[in-house]
Amino acid sequence: MNLNDLSFEQAMERLEKITARLEEGDVPLEEALAEYKLGMELSALCHEKLKKAESELAKLVTNQGDEPFRLDGEES
Amino acid sequence: MEANQCLTVKALTKYIKRKFDADPHLKDVAVKGEISNFKHHSSGHMYFTLKDDSARLLAVMFSAANRSLKFRPENGMQVVLTGEVTVYESSGQYQMYVKTMQPDGVGDLYFAYEQLKKKLEQEGLFRADRKRPLPAYPTCVAVVTSPTGAAVRDIITTIKRRYPAVLILIYPALVQGDRATASIVSQIEKVNKDGRADVIIAGRGGGSIEELWAFNEEAVARAVSSSTIPVISAVGHETDFTIADFAADLRAPTPTAAAEMAVPHVEEVLERLLSKQNRLTRAAAETVRVSRNRHQTVLNTYIIRNPQALYRQQSEQADRVTERLIRGMKSLVDRKKTAAAHSAARIQQMGPHRRIQVETAQLERLNHRLRVLTEAAVEDKKNRFQNAISMLDALSPLKVMERGYSLTYHDDDTLVKSVKDVKIGDQVRIRLSDGTLYTDVQSIGGNKNEP
Repeated sequence: MNLNDLSFEQAMERLEKITARLEEGDVPLEEALAEYKLGMELSALCHEKLKKAESELAKLVTNQGDEPFRLDGEES
Repeated sequence: MEANQCLTVKALTKYIKRKFDADPHLKDVAVKGEISNFKHHSSGHMYFTLKDDSARLLAVMFSAANRSLKFRPENGMQVVLTGEVTVYESSGQYQMYVKTMQPDGVGDLYFAYEQLKKKLEQEGLFRADRKRPLPAYPTCVAVVTSPTGAAVRDIITTIKRRYPAVLILIYPALVQGDRATASIVSQIEKVNKDGRADVIIAGRGGGSIEELWAFNEEAVARAVSSSTIPVISAVGHETDFTIADFAADLRAPTPTAAAEMAVPHVEEVLERLLSKQNRLTRAAAETVRVSRNRHQTVLNTYIIRNPQALYRQQSEQADRVTERLIRGMKSLVDRKKTAAAHSAARIQQMGPHRRIQVETAQLERLNHRLRVLTEAAVEDKKNRFQNAISMLDALSPLKVMERGYSLTYHDDDTLVKSVKDVKIGDQVRIRLSDGTLYTDVQSIGGNKNEP
């Protein structure tokens, strides 16, 4: 599975599951290390997704499609 | 005027009060006007003046009556009061004792509101188990509202500030007036059809009850409750509850609050992420530590530290068995030795000597017999030989020759059997019984020539 296909929420969910599982402490060592690696990757992915904010934050949905939406008084 | 005809203030006031109380119209009267000088006393009673352009009426609404009010009376509010008008004797003022109070002009709307609310409530539209959870980390928020109001501005700036990773889609809707209901309903449906958003904010800024009315319409309430995407309602300011608020998955008191509910704060998310990362690292480290401890524990066990203990017992056992074996073998050999010595003694006792003597005697006997028998046999053979010799002698040609017969031999010792075997002049030997004549052949004749 490609990690990049995950939504932020899915990535967070998996990260949470992995963390919880490791915290239970019943995971065999090799598996724990693999899970840890995956967890750190997921964490990095979440960071990246958060950083990549949309430049055009708001859009107006019209019958013709989406248009950039600007607040009154906002610099164009 | 005479003094005894003069009334006390109290008596006159009582008289006037009786006049008021006797009037059935004043017992149950409805009056409308604007509230002013409103005071909500700490006792819970409300005191105010109802006024219009040209008149004033003192009014009191006791706590028992005002507890059931659905709104908070304010100065300037147009209201319709019902109650009775009577005289308050100690101040000599007539005033209205209010039983019910309703905002004026919207009385019908309130009635409709209450009716619809009850109906939808009974249908179960507002049940807590119908409320869907909001996504923890939405990627797209749809906003159904007027694109020009303060509400949309508040929502966008709040979301931008808190969680810039989300896309906001504005679905412009009319939020007041006759066409507002249809507009809001169709935009909520459109958001669902588009399917891009994972949470909807539907609402508008505060306003009068008439302005907010679309959000009290059944169609809007149903559109909100049947949306497959969770809906946050955000209508008006704080105190205004609309039917849409009850039908929504979450009710926000203001558009700003709705935006705060719709998205997490990016700092919080980062913090959560960091904490997860730390937990993850700690948990992994803990797993390694536990594994190492387990390994160490195993290393520390008695058996690993004293591996010889594993076979000490066996080794002892082996030693013991070997010892037993050696001892056993020795005693066996000893026993055999004893037995052998014993046997030797017995053999000695039984004696081969006697046996040898016996056997020797027997042998002597046998030898003797053998000799005797052999000698007898030899004697016998000798006798038989003598007899044979005698017989042979009788038959010997020499005996014949004693009677005058001779044998003639060629010089090559072959016997001359016929006269034809010799020629004249041949040297021949004539054997007689007592010697030999050597002569040569002078002549040869036949039997006829013989005498």
